This record gives sequence, structure tokens and C-alpha cells, in this order.
Amino acid sequence: MNSKQVKVYTTPTCPWCKKVKQFLESNSVPYQELNVAENKAARDEMVNLTHQLAVPTITIDGDYIIGYNEKALKEKLGIK
Amino acid sequence: MYDLIIIGGGPAGMTAAVYAARKKINTLLLAREVGGQVITTRWVENYMGYQYIEGAELMDKFEEQIRQFPIDRKIGDEAIKVSRIDSFFRVETRLGDSYESKAVIVATGKTSRKLEVPGEARLIGRGVSYCAICDGPLFAGERVAVIGGGNSALEAIDDLLKIAENVYSVLEANYTGDAILVERVITSPKLTVFRRHKVVEITGNEMVEQIIIQDLETGMLRTLPVKGIFVEIGLTPNSDLVKGLATLNSIGEIEVNCNCETSVPGLFAAGDVASIPEKQIIIAAGDGAKAALQAHRYLQRL
Repeated sequence: MNSKQVKVYTTPTCPWCKKVKQFLESNSVPYQELNVAENKAARDEMVNLTHQLAVPTITIDGDYIIGYNEKALKEKLGIK
Repeated sequence: MYDLIIIGGGPAGMTAAVYAARKKINTLLLAREVGGQVITTRWVENYMGYQYIEGAELMDKFEEQIRQFPIDRKIGDEAIKVSRIDSFFRVETRLGDSYESKAVIVATGKTSRKLEVPGEARLIGRGVSYCAICDGPLFAGERVAVIGGGNSALEAIDDLLKIAENVYSVLEANYTGDAILVERVITSPKLTVFRRHKVVEITGNEMVEQIIIQDLETGMLRTLPVKGIFVEIGLTPNSDLVKGLATLNSIGEIEVNCNCETSVPGLFAAGDVASIPEKQIIIAAGDGAKAALQAHRYLQRL
């Protein structure tokens, strides 16, 4: 079981956000989704952490990845 | 050593992969990501078999189809250089791997063209975006600028007018997109249009704060306070990996004949990166099929 804490910052229209969520689901990785178009606090949290305003942003135990990058996700999550 | 390496995971590359697999060619599909430009296309209404379908969903269906075949796939790494060594090709990647094959199909597509102005590179993801459909909703209630006058720019303007406080539209000439889209946005009181203007600089410390534009007729500079800048000024072919190896045309596309053959025997190109007229999903897919069949013929002759 993967016990890492995973958050995905998304907007409702973003296709790459969907790809990230599909990837996590197909690898049975639990995650928390934060819609930064609506949730201002989450938006600020994302900006403070990454100094970036772009989605999808994925945080894994405080480490972050911006954009859909299958290889980076696999590495950070320890998926083979 | 592979018989064939297909570089690119868009419609051309994935279709080529299916055709190569059905010919039982020992193939590697190497792509930065699966789906290419189509992923960020909201609706596709001209791919036969579907009256309309989301771009991302259509690419999921392509991907499902390639998964049916036992071809090697390396997704998430990017080919940066193709070279010819004696009778084979070597493909080097950004992450430092290298692969060899007897033939190569380049189907790397196109990516958003950059403005190439001071401040742009530094502020990417900090207010500068090339994906309005992704990042647009982050700028609710803010002032934003959309650069460009084609369909992509007009669609971005249309979306942003619904959520932003003000949208500045900056374009070097006149709108070149569909008249129906121009009509949809042009009367909005939230829209300010700067025709015959170019962007000269983007400023801001941590995040975008201002954009400086110049009137192309008078030379006058104007500073607009914005939080977001959406760059929609067209596309540039991803052909750097074969620069110096294959012949490129004046806009950087890889020169091909009607058999998808480049100036180098064994090196094929397909889809948007190739010098074929019209950039469409269905055309790229068909071109990928043609390239794989031609690569098969080439391999048989070796």
C-alpha cells in the first residue's frame, strides 16, 4: 500500500488534470483533489508552496510536480 | 536493437504504432506524453466515427488500442537527438538514455510558439500560460491578456470573458480566426482590443504584474496591469531533434515526399511535424499509418 499523502490541485476544465487523476486511480493511489478555481485557500497554498500558478500541480509528501509527467509521478510514488 | 523507433505519442505516432505492431515489426514507441496537442482540444467534431468527442477521450481510445499490442513503450522521456551511425539510427533522450534502430518515424508534432520577449521564460507558470483551458479558471476576477488573433486565441478570450474582470486582446494584425468566434466576443464590454500591437516585455517579481505592448504604427508603448497572460500565437514544429540530419523547410517542418520519406533513407516523418499540408487529427493519423507501412517496406528491403 502506498501511504504517501497526495494532493492534486486542479481546475474543472483542465484535461491534463484528468490525466493525472486517471493515472493515480489506475495505480490505486489515494489522493485529495483541490479545485483551485473555486477554493481560494487551496490556490494560495499551491502558490506558496510552488511559487507557480499552473495546474495540474501534484504534491507528494510536500514534494511537488507541475504538469502531467508520468515518469516523475512513478518515481515519486515508487510505482514500477 | 529495434527495427523501428516511433518518436511521438500523438495521433500520428500512435497510429504508426498500431500499423507497425500489426506488421510484427520490433518497435519502440518513445513519447514525452500520450495524446499530444489533442489532449487540450476541448471538442473534436471532425474525427470520423464520432460526431463529437473530447480531445482527451479520443486520445484515451487511441491509447487503449495501442495497449492491445505487445510493443515497447517509453512514455515520459523525450527524444532530443536522432543521428545516423553507419547503417542504423541512434535516438538520444533528455534523461540520458539512448536507443538504436534500423528505421525511425518522427511524429513529434508541434508545440505552442513563444513570444520570445524579456520576462516570458521567467514567468511561465507564474501568470504566463500556453494552456488557457487548463489555467484560465485560476484568473477569475482578474485582469488578463490574450495574445494572438486565431481560433485558439478567440476561444481563450471567450472563456476568460466569462470569469475575468477584464480581457485585453493583443494582436499584430486583425483576427484570423472564424468569424463566428469573433462575433461571439467582440461586443463584450469586458473586452479591450489592441490591434496592430506587439508584446515587448512581461514584468513582475514573483508573478506577472504587467505587460508592455507597442503600437506597431506609432511606436507608442503602453503598460497594462494583468495577472495572467495567455499566449496563443500559433505553433512551432518539434523538429530540433533532426536538425542537421534531415532537410527542414522554411518554417522548420521536416521535408517529406508523399511516402513520408525524409531526405535520409530509413528516416520517416508523419503528422504535424512533417511538411504536409493541413494539420488535422485525421490527417495526422492517416499519415502515421502511411509512414509505418512505408517503414515496413523499407525494412523488408534491407
